Amino acid sequence: METFLLRNIGNPNSADINEYIKAGGYKALAKALTLKPSDVIDEVKKSGLRGRGGAGFPTGIKWSFAAAGQNKPKYLVCNADEGEPGTFKDKLVLEKNPHLLIEGMCISGYALQAEYGYVYLRGEYPQAKHILEVAIKQACDKGFLGDDILHKGVRFQLAVHQGAGAYICGEETALIDSLEGKRGQPRIKPPFPVNEGFMAKPTVVNNVETLANIPYIIEIGSNEYSQLGSSDCPGPKLFSVSGHIKKPGVYELPMGTSLKEIIYTHCGGIAGDKNLKAVIPGGLTTPILPADKIDCPMDYVNMPKHGSMTGSGGVMVFDESVDLVKVCGRAIKFLERESCGKCTPCREGVGWLRSILDRVAAGEGREGDIDLLLEVSKNIMGKTFCALGDSAAGVVQNFIKHFRPEFQDHINEAVSVGS
Amino acid sequence: MLSDGALIKIQHIRSKYQDARSCLLPSLHVVQEENGWISPAAMEAVGELLSVPKATVKGVSTFYSMFSHRPMGRHLIQLCTNVACMVMGADSLVDSLRKKYGLEPNGTTADGRFSLVIMECIGACGTAPVMLVDTDLHDNINENTLLTTLGKYT
Repeated sequence: METFLLRNIGNPNSADINEYIKAGGYKALAKALTLKPSDVIDEVKKSGLRGRGGAGFPTGIKWSFAAAGQNKPKYLVCNADEGEPGTFKDKLVLEKNPHLLIEGMCISGYALQAEYGYVYLRGEYPQAKHILEVAIKQACDKGFLGDDILHKGVRFQLAVHQGAGAYICGEETALIDSLEGKRGQPRIKPPFPVNEGFMAKPTVVNNVETLANIPYIIEIGSNEYSQLGSSDCPGPKLFSVSGHIKKPGVYELPMGTSLKEIIYTHCGGIAGDKNLKAVIPGGLTTPILPADKIDCPMDYVNMPKHGSMTGSGGVMVFDESVDLVKVCGRAIKFLERESCGKCTPCREGVGWLRSILDRVAAGEGREGDIDLLLEVSKNIMGKTFCALGDSAAGVVQNFIKHFRPEFQDHINEAVSVGS
Repeated sequence: MLSDGALIKIQHIRSKYQDARSCLLPSLHVVQEENGWISPAAMEAVGELLSVPKATVKGVSTFYSMFSHRPMGRHLIQLCTNVACMVMGADSLVDSLRKKYGLEPNGTTADGRFSLVIMECIGACGTAPVMLVDTDLHDNINENTLLTTLGKYT
């Protein structure tokens, strides 16, 4: 299929502004500036675009909340804290197509009447930081950013803000706290960032891929855009595919492409032609699916009906050789490490999950450990400020739901050794 | 406590934000890039420069896993062992570093050449296992290429 988000990335100089312009770049910005800001928001609303960071919230609606506020200045923040393990799509856009993001942010800033934008970038992406800073300077020099964009009197300043290794800063309120120079701990909502965000001003936080879709919507129009992919969740989607797969990498496909098609048609199937055991479809914390349940459309509306989530589109593929108890344990170890410590059920509970999983994986599990894991996860679920605790509880519950016999086998071995 | 170069960089950062507090993370990055770690004295100096209490600077600095609060080796190895890297063999790479250099996670070699930090995903899962050495990304590594690659960092 024709690509947009990854257009031109085969060109070794794709990050250079001249190459981007040669390929048609910054035309959407010029077009957007001939429209009223409210018309740009209407276009995005009509396009049906949903946020690509994981939650799938309609972007145009989020924007209209922020646009309605009278409080000024307004801020646009790009969430480039791509911390969900198994996800590496935003990095590709940042490093190979940075001007697409800059153009998308500039159009979005104009629509929202925000004069300041920040890209909150993972500390783990030092190359992307350098590339993005060069690109921003090029865009300023050409008049696509700054105090008088394309001589239309439009102002939009953009800066990169580097994180320093904290998964929780991908959560938008924690991200805002981090941008304000604080520990990145989630805030209670409401107030929502669109009303009171950065510096207590209206702030829109959008994922890299979401913002990178904006020039496309302006270029082809909301009508044509809304015809792409799933009808209730349109547009192109980036999928990061990793694990035991023949052709791992980032794929741009229509939203709603089935998980099975992604794995077997686009990525060539399982490495070494082994049997597939399980797939985590949308980044490490989304519900795992067994091999016989992957014939499902990857979009934000339909995936929950099939027992999982599209999340960030980070597809992690596991062949028959993988010990899923160990995978579950490693996922929980990650979440224990990344818990910000604010809410007791998450800070303490995830640690308990980890220690039980450690002993089960090490062949020292006790009879009753599976029920104990479920009990602890029940006491975390729904009892925390943000979704990190819920994610940990969900990971444990879903692994056990589909692979309980594998957990039991580990425990049986331990019990028979013990007896 | 801050070098002239660091002061100039922090003043430049100050011009990109409307409030001083937002400059805290970028300023700590400047210190770490220059010294490889963030000392108590450096935290105090940054706090004074941005009018942020030193206890607050410490609270913020120690929240983030990429900020180091002890001296590090000349080269920092950041090796991912999260799930995508784990299923592609990252744990055996940790063992190789232990055997070859006597290097433990969160440790530094006796000659001060390498420090090792275990990372939680560095966004290159399609070419796992991966590591950053200083700011260079190395992917698709195995036990052999790991040691050859590190041989170039003296």
